[in-house]
Amino acid sequence: MPSGSDAAVAAVTCRQLVKRYPDVLAVAGIELTVLAGECMAVLGPNGAGKTTTVEMIEGLTAPTSGEIAVFGNVWGRSRKDDRAIRGMLGVQLQETHFQEKLTVLETIALFASFYETTRAATELMALVALESKADARVGKLSGGQKQRLALACALVGKPRLLCLDEPTTGLDPQSRRQIWEIVEAFKAEGGTILLTTHYMEEAARLADRVAIMDHGKLIALDTPTALIASLGAEDIVEVLADRELSQARLDALPGVSSAKSEAREGGVRVRLSVVDISQTLPALLALAAASGTRLDGLVTHRATLEDVFVHHTGRALRDG
Amino acid sequence: MVEPTPTSAEGGRRRGALATLVVARIRMFLREPASIFWVFAFPAILAIALGTAFRDQPPEPPRIGIPTDGTALTAVDLASLGTAAKGETASLHGPKVILEESPRAVLDEALRKGRIDVIVIPGEAPDSVVYRFDPQRSEARLARLVVDDVIQRGRGRIDHASISDATEMPKGARYIDFLLPGLIAMNLMGSALWGVGYGMVQERSKKLMRRFATTPLTKTAFLSSYVLSRLVFLAIEVAFLVGFGSLVFDVNVAGSVALVFGVALVGVLSFTGFAVLCASRTPSVEVVSGFINALTMPMWLLSGTFFSYERFPEAIQPIIKALPLTALNDALRGVINDGAGLLDIAPQLGVLAGWGLFAFALGVRLFRWR
Repeated sequence: MPSGSDAAVAAVTCRQLVKRYPDVLAVAGIELTVLAGECMAVLGPNGAGKTTTVEMIEGLTAPTSGEIAVFGNVWGRSRKDDRAIRGMLGVQLQETHFQEKLTVLETIALFASFYETTRAATELMALVALESKADARVGKLSGGQKQRLALACALVGKPRLLCLDEPTTGLDPQSRRQIWEIVEAFKAEGGTILLTTHYMEEAARLADRVAIMDHGKLIALDTPTALIASLGAEDIVEVLADRELSQARLDALPGVSSAKSEAREGGVRVRLSVVDISQTLPALLALAAASGTRLDGLVTHRATLEDVFVHHTGRALRDG
Repeated sequence: MVEPTPTSAEGGRRRGALATLVVARIRMFLREPASIFWVFAFPAILAIALGTAFRDQPPEPPRIGIPTDGTALTAVDLASLGTAAKGETASLHGPKVILEESPRAVLDEALRKGRIDVIVIPGEAPDSVVYRFDPQRSEARLARLVVDDVIQRGRGRIDHASISDATEMPKGARYIDFLLPGLIAMNLMGSALWGVGYGMVQERSKKLMRRFATTPLTKTAFLSSYVLSRLVFLAIEVAFLVGFGSLVFDVNVAGSVALVFGVALVGVLSFTGFAVLCASRTPSVEVVSGFINALTMPMWLLSGTFFSYERFPEAIQPIIKALPLTALNDALRGVINDGAGLLDIAPQLGVLAGWGLFAFALGVRLFRWR
């Protein structure tokens, strides 16, 4: 596991980062280090503070308190620092509408003109599979093509740090895979990536480490494998019972590492993290039969990052 | 990863951020048919419409009401009015007066609505006459003088001085001569405010400004790109309207054409300053439209675009003269109509530059990327 104490290879360091809006504490004191060359995914439901955190790292939002360094330059310390960071940053915002009257090539060339060192537009358009659209107006592009153009504009200044805020939200599976391949290619060249998402597969596929945020706080940070292992379970069993089963009896089932019950429409949703499903399932069915409880919609699956999130917050990621 | 180096390795010399942004803005403008209409077609149509409406129009003769009920006017007065209405005594064009004979109640109503100018009624004393008219209307006051002249002469008044009229007006004093510089000024103000103000707010609401803010692009280069792209269109707009006026209406520039462009340049820079101020923090195009309308509407009225601002009360003349559009109108009319030189219009240029610098400085200070 990489260690955050090695300052020489830190791409981003956030210290005691706080953002307070008049009505809400969006980010409540975050310590976060992104290592050079890694892909860090920030996971969390809407309103968890992901976007606010990333926007502070991008220099768009001034922190209420705390400090952010990007490759050793500190935001707001001097004009020189700010300018140096902007030169190293490639950004894709959650929603940017490029000028619809400009063509793909003109848009890329416009962003290229802002940077001192750039990638050739033709090479970039090939990378994001938009060569055939070079002279097409931006207004005529599909959602996936616009998103790839946004990625091309983020990459045009040869960034060392690529910040992507929900890069594939609302895209079809094929467009999503295209975006992932571009991000992986950037990483293969040694680039650092900070990514927010609420798609589990996206974090699992792209991220070296995952930071889980909720209510403006960092509640877990580790590699996907380690996070899942921390559940102490390999499988998850979910079932809807028509009456409540006692917590003590659920905990006592063989092979169960943790059990949670939650009242739902039509009964009680029971969720078990289990180590050995072959022991747990028969015992669960026996328990239900003995107490005259009807079970419905039984589902089992391998533990995922989603389960890690539910374990820490008691809510599903997409519940918001 | 490649470390940033101060020069671009590939592609040879690249255009800088400012030049690229300016070119992009010009392209965007040219690809927007609606903006072409507002900048070029609209002022041309307005000039044709107003220029035609006010071209060589003979003055309307006064309309005189004569009651058909109640006491009648004397036969002498009726005869001289009748003669005047036939046009035999008219020295200029057509009849001297137009008579309308109706019952008194109908005439009063027509007078109230401005369809007739004066009602002639017999007075209480023998041979006396009453003129009934609205002294607020200049047409009515003129009509009263004309009808009095007709009646007094009819009753035997002798004019002692011999009179001859000289009515050929010099070039440059027609309404279209007055109107065209006003239209140029209005157009420059409109295209500077709408082009820059609307453009800025649109880029903010599209979140494109925020995207720019994460790049090394500077605020100065970003704001300057709006101003510079306006200047390109300024040259085209002014050349078009001056050429149009000369070809269609024979409105020629009495002074230096270069100075016309110079005045336009100062004017556009000034209004671009206002645009940057209006759009410095404005989140939506609706709000910025409100700001721009609130700024332009009063100036269209007060600053003498369509008629001379000297008609407004003396008390507000200093305020009117301090408005940037008034200064631009006066400077353009000075050069185009009166052949004024740089020194003659220096005060107006000073007013424009002062406003522009003030608004731009405030706008840059207030400006936010988000």
